[in-house]
Amino acid sequence: MEQVGQRKIDGMWLTVVGIAVLFFLILPTLIVIPISFGGATFLEFPPRSFSLRWYESYFTSSEWMSATKISLIAAVLTAAIATPLGSLCAYGLHCSAPRIRSTAQILVIMPLVVPVILIAVGVFSLYAKLGLNYTLTGIVIAHTALALPFVIVTVMSGLQSYDFDQELAARSLGASRAYALWTVTVPQVKFSIQTGAFLAFVTSLDEVVISMLVSGGDNATITRRMFNSMRDHLDPTIAAISTCLIVVSVAALIGVQLIGRSKNVDN
Amino acid sequence: MSIHESNGSPQSLKNASKIKFEERRESLTFLGLSLPAILAIFIVVFLPIIWLSSLSFYNAAGELSMENYARIYESALYRRTFVVTFQISIAVTLICVLLGYPLCYWLTKLPDRTASILMIFVLVPFWTSILVRTYAWLVLLQRNGIINSSLMSLGIIDEPLQLAHNLTGSIIGMVHVMLPFLVLPLYATMRSIDTDLVRAAVGLGSSPREAFWRVFFPMSRPGLFAGIVLVFILSLGFYVTPALMGGGRVQMLAQRIESTITIYSNWGAASALGVVLLLLALVMIWLMNRVFGLDKLFMR
Repeated sequence: MEQVGQRKIDGMWLTVVGIAVLFFLILPTLIVIPISFGGATFLEFPPRSFSLRWYESYFTSSEWMSATKISLIAAVLTAAIATPLGSLCAYGLHCSAPRIRSTAQILVIMPLVVPVILIAVGVFSLYAKLGLNYTLTGIVIAHTALALPFVIVTVMSGLQSYDFDQELAARSLGASRAYALWTVTVPQVKFSIQTGAFLAFVTSLDEVVISMLVSGGDNATITRRMFNSMRDHLDPTIAAISTCLIVVSVAALIGVQLIGRSKNVDN
Repeated sequence: MSIHESNGSPQSLKNASKIKFEERRESLTFLGLSLPAILAIFIVVFLPIIWLSSLSFYNAAGELSMENYARIYESALYRRTFVVTFQISIAVTLICVLLGYPLCYWLTKLPDRTASILMIFVLVPFWTSILVRTYAWLVLLQRNGIINSSLMSLGIIDEPLQLAHNLTGSIIGMVHVMLPFLVLPLYATMRSIDTDLVRAAVGLGSSPREAFWRVFFPMSRPGLFAGIVLVFILSLGFYVTPALMGGGRVQMLAQRIESTITIYSNWGAASALGVVLLLLALVMIWLMNRVFGLDKLFMR
């Protein structure tokens, strides 16, 4: 009897803590959105009146708009370059000898765990020699290297669960290696490739530290401008930009999920 | 087929060597497919860091010396930076464990469907930009922010607490960023634990608490350990949140490296700090690889 009571108390305690932690995690996201629709001339929470003034201040500012454009272009280019490169790399590693594969895997994961500030300072000094600082090319190259591990990891885990005999079957029936890869394997791991592309896009869009050092002038990214603005004061325009960023990320996430679901239905 | 039929004949030996040659050529082709990506990572990530590390062994006059490291060791400022970095990283890791472990445990006890819906609460912040979250915390924690005003209207405090632009703010912001990194590997491990074992322990006379500590907890340890190492490594080199939430009062290693370069242009000192940070991170990664296996990341 005593034990049952104890278990109940343990269970309740666990539920309370669990809900509190989930609330802690979601709270910032919940707070930014209402602030962005506030009507006062200063930041207030909860807002007393509704307006779109902060969105107006975002969408009519040529500085914010050009930074947004740079960030979006960089993110699209990063995804466009990192996805095929990373997918090919994943396929190559998947088919290589285990020894080569495990060494290469560690090399590939390193950028995920090496402190970004070191990568940023290193890239900054390399670019200083090559004249790539403050250029779009420079941003895209750095972001691609940062995004590649995400693509490689996702596509490799997709290949793990793919039955490779299908490709062998296609080849034994006369398909060339490349043709079998493109028409048999790629469609099967399409979802992993799309997820990888999404991760690459978001990695570039949200990247702060490298952008802070390497981007600037006409090619400043939105994260660099946000970071600098937040150092000075809490401009509610940032809340409007943040809401847009959340919408873009969530929309991309849902898009990937939906594609994945429709694929599952097909099967 | 001929190989099986005529084992040991000259023809089969020729075939065997041909197959071996083909295999070798094929494995080179695969390596070739992987090369562009690996090369890109190497050139952008590794090469500059290697070059940067070499800078740390030269003094201002361009001679080979350990001056930069001696300065780190002697300077009270740099030593303080290391102490603060470790204190914050340990505090953040501990708080993440205290919040993350009960959360994961609770989620594993819920029905699968409910748990996967609740995981959205972990994933949405995980996919939200760090800047967005830091901004939100700055708003929440400021002097006349919602946390202070609600604590005051509840009568818990009389004066607003200093929550942002200091150590407290940095730690709150960092815990929020790091928590998903602890929760995701830990939850994955807990999900794979066979709960019948815990039930069996209770059935054999163990108290629920004892069953938890002696059966469930040990099995969740690999995931917990992976999460702890991940959070600790990322905290050691974390830049954005402490830079914005610390109000200039909190100087962790990453900020010190950045300011040493952008304000003082002291590449030697900055790269020596970088080497130390890198070594710390590598030791952690090595540890993680020993205990958890980095290649597990590839199998989900």
